[in-house]
Amino acid sequence: MMTFEELLGRYAGLDRRELHSWIAEGWVRPERSGETWHFTEVDVARVALILEIRREFAIDEAGLPLVLSLIDQIYALRRQMRRLCEALSRQPPEVQEAIRQALQTTEP
Amino acid sequence: MAAAKTPYEVLGVARDASQEEIRKAYRRLAKEFHPDLNPGKPAAEARFKEIAAAYDLLSDPEKRARYDRGEIDESGAERPRTYYREHAEGAQGWKYGPEGEIDLGGLDDLFAAFGFGGRMRGARGREGFALRGADRQYALTIDFVEAATGGKRRLSLSPEESLEVTIPAGIEDGQILRLRGKGGPGIGGGPPGDALIAVHVRPHPLFRRIGDDIHMELPVSLAEAVLGARVTVPTVTGPVTMTIPKGSDTGTQLRLRGKGIQRGQGGDQYVTLKVVIGASDDPELARFLEAWAPRHPVDPRRGMPSR
Repeated sequence: MMTFEELLGRYAGLDRRELHSWIAEGWVRPERSGETWHFTEVDVARVALILEIRREFAIDEAGLPLVLSLIDQIYALRRQMRRLCEALSRQPPEVQEAIRQALQTTEP
Repeated sequence: MAAAKTPYEVLGVARDASQEEIRKAYRRLAKEFHPDLNPGKPAAEARFKEIAAAYDLLSDPEKRARYDRGEIDESGAERPRTYYREHAEGAQGWKYGPEGEIDLGGLDDLFAAFGFGGRMRGARGREGFALRGADRQYALTIDFVEAATGGKRRLSLSPEESLEVTIPAGIEDGQILRLRGKGGPGIGGGPPGDALIAVHVRPHPLFRRIGDDIHMELPVSLAEAVLGARVTVPTVTGPVTMTIPKGSDTGTQLRLRGKGIQRGQGGDQYVTLKVVIGASDDPELARFLEAWAPRHPVDPRRGMPSR
């Protein structure tokens, strides 16, 4: 958990107003508590990612929602895929084998 | 976490300072604190080392960029970095799921998502076997004002299908709305599942919520505070006219009854005044204050602890 000020201290390239606007847009969603925000690990990692996209990849504010939306969709798909894999791995060997066979007979 | 001084603070330059500005600041400070020019001041050496280390980091564009990205700390040491993907695929990742994200829930949801809708029922359905449909999870982001007043939103699930969501006034960030029967279809005549909508409320630049009340700070001029005035104040239900009483001050709190969260008896809106002088170049005001002998002189810092 990090506060707003701690996060600004951690990433010197991060501008106060910029971070405010990311929160206002909903691109970063820290928990509000009293006078400050609390950033969990996933929020902090997301701030680092957005900062990198803006600075290193030179994507401007207008292009950012598109990039974030694609990233969020990919991770949503990966979460589902992971869940499916976990479910499949818990099946008896003969069920897994049947699925393996079925996959080989379908187009990739 | 006690924040160490950033190299920008050490050199007294802005975070977007040019290389030229950084060099100038370093030269000026180095001259001032060089140990050989300050033989009687042991503290100067420590300060000089700090200045030299800050300059070492900021004068190298590559190191400076890495520092700005949080990859190295003030001393140039590597900082451990965790990548977004390490969190995004875990349970925390749900927080940033796209609007309308489909939860697998049951296998029928997966089939439905890729157009294999009827298969479960036909091929495997047994007589007398009925199962409730799976719940589906969605995310919805709304504005602060919408959360305060309530409203209706249409959530499109696919080009053909959409869901009307009634947002109750006073909904809080992170709350989950359950729409009965709007989830996945039931199997073998079972009832459909529910739609679960996780609501994210965007923070507002002016309004802050405490319980069912809304708090905001309102800048007023010196004349408005001293003489009183009628001003227009934004509220979640639109602008209203409010009277600032004569003799108000920074910190004076005024209440707009019923202008808070629009539910139940309704919360109130609290407006805290902030006097803004905003006249740095006003000789008349300066002259007036020089000639002004206050009837009740005040020390605004009376009783303030010294440390």
